[in-house]
Amino acid sequence: MKNTNNSRRDFLKSAALAGGGFMLSFNWFGKEVFAHEVATTAAADFAPNAYLSIHPDGIVSIFSPNPEIGQGIKTAFPIIVAEELDVDWANVKVIQAPLDTKKFERQVAGGSGSIPHSWQRLRKAGATARQMLVEAAAKKWNVSASECKTEKGYVIHTTSNKRLGYGELATDAAQITPPTDVKLKDLKDFKLIGSTIKNVDNKPILTGQPLFGIDFYREGMLFSMIQRPPAFGLKLKSFDASAAKAMPGIVDVVSFKNKVAVVGKSTWEVKKAKDALKIEWEKDGNLESTNDHNKLFKELLDSPKAEVRRKEGDIEEAFKNAAKIVESEYQCPFLPHNPMEPMNFFAHVREDGVELVGPTQTPANAQGQTAKLLNIAPEKVTVELTRMGGGFGRRLGTDYVLEAVEVSNLVKAPVKVIWTREDDMTGGSYRPAVRYRFRAALDKQGNMIGYSLRGVGINAGNSTRENNFPSGAVPNLLIDSVDHKSPITTGPWRAPITNFLAYAEQSFIDEVATAAGKDAVQFRLDLLEKAKTSPTGPVRYDIARMKAVIELAAEKSGWNKKRKGVHLGFSVYFSHASYVAQVAEVVMKKGKPVLQKIYAAVDCGVVINQSGARNQVVGGIVDGMGHAMYGNLTFNEGKPNQSNFNTFRLIKMNEIPAIDVHFVDNGIDPTGLGEPALPPTGGSIANAIFKATGKRLKNQPFIEQEEKLLDGIS
Amino acid sequence: MATYNLNINGKVFKTDVAPDTPLLWVLRDHLGLLGTKYGCGMAMCGACTVHINGEATRTCILPVSSVSEAKITTIEGLSEKGDHPVQTAWHEVDVPQCGYCQAGQIMTAAAFLKSNPKPTTEEIETAMSNNLCRCGTYHRIREAVQLAATKMK
Repeated sequence: MKNTNNSRRDFLKSAALAGGGFMLSFNWFGKEVFAHEVATTAAADFAPNAYLSIHPDGIVSIFSPNPEIGQGIKTAFPIIVAEELDVDWANVKVIQAPLDTKKFERQVAGGSGSIPHSWQRLRKAGATARQMLVEAAAKKWNVSASECKTEKGYVIHTTSNKRLGYGELATDAAQITPPTDVKLKDLKDFKLIGSTIKNVDNKPILTGQPLFGIDFYREGMLFSMIQRPPAFGLKLKSFDASAAKAMPGIVDVVSFKNKVAVVGKSTWEVKKAKDALKIEWEKDGNLESTNDHNKLFKELLDSPKAEVRRKEGDIEEAFKNAAKIVESEYQCPFLPHNPMEPMNFFAHVREDGVELVGPTQTPANAQGQTAKLLNIAPEKVTVELTRMGGGFGRRLGTDYVLEAVEVSNLVKAPVKVIWTREDDMTGGSYRPAVRYRFRAALDKQGNMIGYSLRGVGINAGNSTRENNFPSGAVPNLLIDSVDHKSPITTGPWRAPITNFLAYAEQSFIDEVATAAGKDAVQFRLDLLEKAKTSPTGPVRYDIARMKAVIELAAEKSGWNKKRKGVHLGFSVYFSHASYVAQVAEVVMKKGKPVLQKIYAAVDCGVVINQSGARNQVVGGIVDGMGHAMYGNLTFNEGKPNQSNFNTFRLIKMNEIPAIDVHFVDNGIDPTGLGEPALPPTGGSIANAIFKATGKRLKNQPFIEQEEKLLDGIS
Repeated sequence: MATYNLNINGKVFKTDVAPDTPLLWVLRDHLGLLGTKYGCGMAMCGACTVHINGEATRTCILPVSSVSEAKITTIEGLSEKGDHPVQTAWHEVDVPQCGYCQAGQIMTAAAFLKSNPKPTTEEIETAMSNNLCRCGTYHRIREAVQLAATKMK
């Protein structure tokens, strides 16, 4: 096994060298390094699979393979292994595994997919080891394994009460043939899963120990900042680096793929030299502005060239026969991801291979694309995973990884590339801007007999989710989309597409319910009943589970109990295999709507960690609210108008409502939580504001649409 | 270039850097004190907050030349064993998601509670609202500041 802790030793080295005569305390890391070295070198260890290793002293190392971006996977994965292993959590040491495509599958942070993918694998890994420890003890005592049980890291012979610690059994267990048929625990016997367990990295986070990619320092490492085209649609024409090269600390200035990279001995020196570059850019494509996009959206909404995503019944007939037609449009802007840790990556391209260290949600892609770029075998590229200061989809891309590889390859030295916040916010890979047109046909009884949705987007691909609600519940349906190819680069942003589609759809459903004279909750339940009893086609969501979260949110928020002066807005959304219903609570104060609370009912199946799960749901709602209220990235001739937090507004502590989270307890295999709480948020808020003011918020960010209406929101 | 003897966490650190180098990058690139984070470079997010003579101060725009005589405390020096009441409260409430902004949040909270040991919720929000958390852990930060206030009595 490779040593996963090069970075920590490098930090040690760097600290000792830099200060001259002082030594920082890296105790916590020191311990981890020690535990890991024991795990990889001691013959007496019991390491039945890639996920765990038991040391003779009883300490269990659990290796967490997936990238940690703040979603809590580094805590959640080991909880599952430890549960089935039946070990005391206090004796567990969690170690981030490096990329290892032979030992692990899907080392990815994305799509809220880690938990559903690994749930059974992790349980099996723990249970297999437990079964081998039981067999080792039974053999030692010369009793039947069926007479033995386990508890908190001990095997106990139930009749004699003899007990042996896992550590004492480690050497013997290593000799047992791994069982093929492993029994997993009953849900009712879970002790760790479903309890409240704190983030395993709290100690180093709260004491400022190096953990993140940007904290990686290597002796002799050079720093690089890169000037990229300042507008989408420009390319490099020429540059003059003479002034930059003459500045202190600057080692070299190199250029590749329309970029100019300054390389030097410290971050500040390369930053200043980058600012001193003289660069000429030339046009390479359309220089698009937000005004162009707004005009384009109107054209595309009427374009005959749409791609049909789903079609059922006779939509034209339905609208011809309608007693009432509701039509509405919603629009959302581009958004940058803005993880607090800006993009950075370390690369060392050597003769014998490439070493990569840094924050990536897709380490296997980083490896594969580096190998492709340099035309070498993927096995020649190692990737060490650091903790990430947020991801939100930005670090699914590998552009910033390959930049580090390019620069290291050009200057033949270990290099860390760092982006400034401005580089990050103007560097692309945005959540695409999209406009939707919804139409609904109602019959005399207020039933929705026709539904159409057209999504038009800028590099959005399919801006619809054609098999989500209300598909399956409406007999005549047409969902299509048109995409505009733009030089402005886009990419997945937390809950791709649904992060704005859910707001638009759930606001529109509210409009339709209002037009039909029906209660917003009952209208949704009625549609689900139709999808259940007379489905018009396939649906991706489970009808019973969606109903359950709707009913739970209604119950917890007192939806049916009218409270004077309190206005409630509803939304529900299925995304990434989880279900979230929300009720937003708005009151009027001095003529302005004030959002005071959001209730959330969540079905992600089994909750692994109460603390982590709640943190994700609350954080997802705060994120959804913040971007719905304030987030806006606009363009002027291809250049972003916002480039830092002085012009791009993120939500702050004094702007958050109370959030009340409830989980459905149904024992179903768990699904992810990194994304699903976000999508319904804009809709619940907009619907509550409609109830309070009679005004529909049809564009995000809300703050720019109705400044006067909303400046009282807090 | 100029030589500075910086007083950080009760120790003297000698460093040779350009006078306009922000303290943030002196800490990170030259002294190996990596707990203080870069977030925006224009004092808008608070990730780079340290204490300068006891005051919460943003270091990303603070030239090292202006703090050559100051008493500087970084997250690494907030407490000997990571047990400052603000740090223990942060752990008890289990605040972090990604964790990147939390050192700056903690340094802001620690300085604030020293000057206002019994704050109201509103005062906490005013003190903490210019520290951004992209993960949205604000509810827990507020709760942890409240809890820390009870521990500091």
